[in-house]
Amino acid sequence: MKVKGRNIEERFFKILMIISALIVVGSFFLIVGTIVVKGAPAMSWDLITKVPSGGFFLGGEGGVLNAIIGSFYIAAGSSLLALLISLPVVIYINTYLRKRSWLGNLTRMGYDVLFGIPSIVYGAFGFTLMMYLGMRASLLGGIIAVTLLVIPIMIRTMDEVIRTVPNELYEATFSLGATRLETAWVILKQVAPGIMTAILLAFGRGIGDVASVMFTAGFSDNIPTSMEDPTATLPLAIFNQLSSPYEGVRAKAYASALILTIFVLIISVLARLLSKKFSKNKV
Amino acid sequence: MNIRILKDKIAGRTMLVLTLVSILLAVLVAWGLFYRSLPLLENYSLTDLLTSSAWKPEKGEFGFLGFIMGTLWVTAIAIILALPLCLLVSIYLSEYAHPRLRKLIVPVVDLLSGIPPVLFGVWGVLFIIPLIQDHIAPSFVDNSAGYSVLAGGIVLAIMIFPLLITLFLEVFSTVPRDMLNASLSLGATPWQTVKKVLLKKAMPGMIASTVLAISRAFGETIAVLMVCGGNVPGIPHSVFDSGYPLPVLIANNFGETFSVPLYDSALLFAALLLFVIIFIFNAVSRIILARVKRKIE
Amino acid sequence: MTFETPHIRVQDLNLYYGANHALKNISIDIPDKKVTSFIGPSGCGKTTLLKTFNRLHDSSLEVKVEGKVLLDGEDIYAKGVDVTAIRKKMGLLSQRPFPLPMSIYDNIAYGPRIHGERDRHKLDHLVEQYLKDVALWDEVKDRLKAPASRLSIGQQQRLCLARGLAVEPEIILGDEPTSALDPVSTQKIEELFLQLKEKYTIVLVTHILRQARRVSDYCAFVYMGEIVEFAPTEQLLLDPKEKLTKDYVRGFLS
Repeated sequence: MKVKGRNIEERFFKILMIISALIVVGSFFLIVGTIVVKGAPAMSWDLITKVPSGGFFLGGEGGVLNAIIGSFYIAAGSSLLALLISLPVVIYINTYLRKRSWLGNLTRMGYDVLFGIPSIVYGAFGFTLMMYLGMRASLLGGIIAVTLLVIPIMIRTMDEVIRTVPNELYEATFSLGATRLETAWVILKQVAPGIMTAILLAFGRGIGDVASVMFTAGFSDNIPTSMEDPTATLPLAIFNQLSSPYEGVRAKAYASALILTIFVLIISVLARLLSKKFSKNKV
Repeated sequence: MNIRILKDKIAGRTMLVLTLVSILLAVLVAWGLFYRSLPLLENYSLTDLLTSSAWKPEKGEFGFLGFIMGTLWVTAIAIILALPLCLLVSIYLSEYAHPRLRKLIVPVVDLLSGIPPVLFGVWGVLFIIPLIQDHIAPSFVDNSAGYSVLAGGIVLAIMIFPLLITLFLEVFSTVPRDMLNASLSLGATPWQTVKKVLLKKAMPGMIASTVLAISRAFGETIAVLMVCGGNVPGIPHSVFDSGYPLPVLIANNFGETFSVPLYDSALLFAALLLFVIIFIFNAVSRIILARVKRKIE
Repeated sequence: MTFETPHIRVQDLNLYYGANHALKNISIDIPDKKVTSFIGPSGCGKTTLLKTFNRLHDSSLEVKVEGKVLLDGEDIYAKGVDVTAIRKKMGLLSQRPFPLPMSIYDNIAYGPRIHGERDRHKLDHLVEQYLKDVALWDEVKDRLKAPASRLSIGQQQRLCLARGLAVEPEIILGDEPTSALDPVSTQKIEELFLQLKEKYTIVLVTHILRQARRVSDYCAFVYMGEIVEFAPTEQLLLDPKEKLTKDYVRGFLS
């Protein structure tokens, strides 16, 4: 009978759903687990405290300190630069413009779209821009390319957080005679943890991306000492080591992958803890 | 004039300029890529570039079809794998799962979205490639090294899980709870309610979300590069063939090929192609999603 | 006040929203083929109580229900009960009409279809019959395939009523069903209730005392999650026994 059939259907799909949920959750643990299992045996102090010695990619001594530092420089530099650009934009569209003004909507829409542009395009564009300016692959070049990549992330995250501020707070500060700029400071204080989340998300994206820095930052065995130096990044180092024919070098790639995993997980967890305050109504 | 008001005005103007300039970034990117693709476009017709699969830059042959097909193959596999899974998970999370369970699963999805592409690539090499090489491929073909469009598709599928699930959950949350209750009070089972009311009502938003996921898959570079095994351009004929998607073409050759005439122009044309397709996909689906959200406000 | 064979009998019902004790020791008998109304200030728990009758709280899992709700003597919260079968026996009319995202025809046919009716002619017949029952047929008979969302809000509410009737319930639950409607549509719905009580038991949540008086036979005053008083409507509204009821009816509490 029909009604019996629908109970079987109900049960069937519920089981399918639970299996799907297990696959999705399982894939995360499988990825992290695989990297831990493969990476942990090859982990050593040298790997994180030394720069590569000669012939590193042929199985030589040394570590990836140059890439770790390089990644931090690029991620921090681009997060800072992106913040300097994003913060005024977000303040402007939220406190200076009226709700639902066309410029505000256009800006939000624009960044939603830019958010979807892949990093390889930013990398290619960044490189073209650098050639035009007569720059070569360098720390600064990497920072510029990654900045392009993370601005949309930052603006979207901060905008979302600022929009959770109740209208009453604006009205209250405005009715005290505050200017829009002064109101903006009050609002920013209110959402400070959310701003921090945006910075962390941008940092996390910047530290892990390859396609944007591949041509723009170059690669070097040394820790960069100036903005013009070519700079190694951790993800690119992993990529290079992994394509080595030497098993020992590939093992170092696994260990480097483990280091990167630990970094991004710490950043993700921190970002999530900070943003909890603002996501009570969202899942 | 009052100094405070002045400050407010100056800050406002500065921020307006920054907003406008930053939004012009999209135009700047498009223009830059287009400008650098011009040499190629002046020498070849667009149809030839898109419909030929002959890729011999040294001989002046630039056919992108092989790369376009590579992109389509991995994207199609990724979507076919990810769509039903993510749909079921999202339905489960929004309609069935206990809130406590939801609070456990959603953070894991978030963490998954934070994992950088290169790590997906490493995992693909360590796990998916041997799996295909030793267990999946032997039942279908004689010889496969594992590096294939299938591997790319599987890795990409997992990479778009978080995007699809987050978007689906957002779309589902716009369906009024009372409408679902109306169906339940008529004696419909939860699954009937999902099928006939939730999915129907959420359809436009779900399509837009899927298009967004497709465009994300189009542009993914490094993970696909690591597992697709594409070194020789060509159109894949089975899921176990190696593939050479557009982003991989750029990543593999850019910056090292300036001695060959028009080569860099061709690579920037590839980037332009990606940019334009993804831009259009994103713009359309974001507009639809914004409409869907505004309706409930 | 108790009845010998109530249609619904609630015994020592307690409901918790997380830590919030929303319904406290509720016991009430809902008589067969009468209109019973729940009145009380907003947030008092009257809607929550109504939704326990068809177990709509099941989908929000933070809610815990204790006690019994007997439908024709059988506990609907007992183990192994088919929830969909219980819900089929009760039509729910919510505060705002929520037509399903489909045509007018399909809205009415939705219930019969999910319960296994496939015969086109029978469905045609059912759609016509129930649309007539709610006096909507003449207004929509030429555009049955149009999306239900195009109807006016008053028409939508009558459509939702017809949709509920189409699964042949025994009970109609109305959760302030006229609160979003204009006076004319409100009057139509009230007239329908008076006709429908010949065949159905009706439970109505309302915050309009005059509506309770116009429509209901019995009336319960709910306050802070408890039933303060339950009596024939005229008696409760004109000669309440409890001081709280008196204050509310006279407009001191709101």
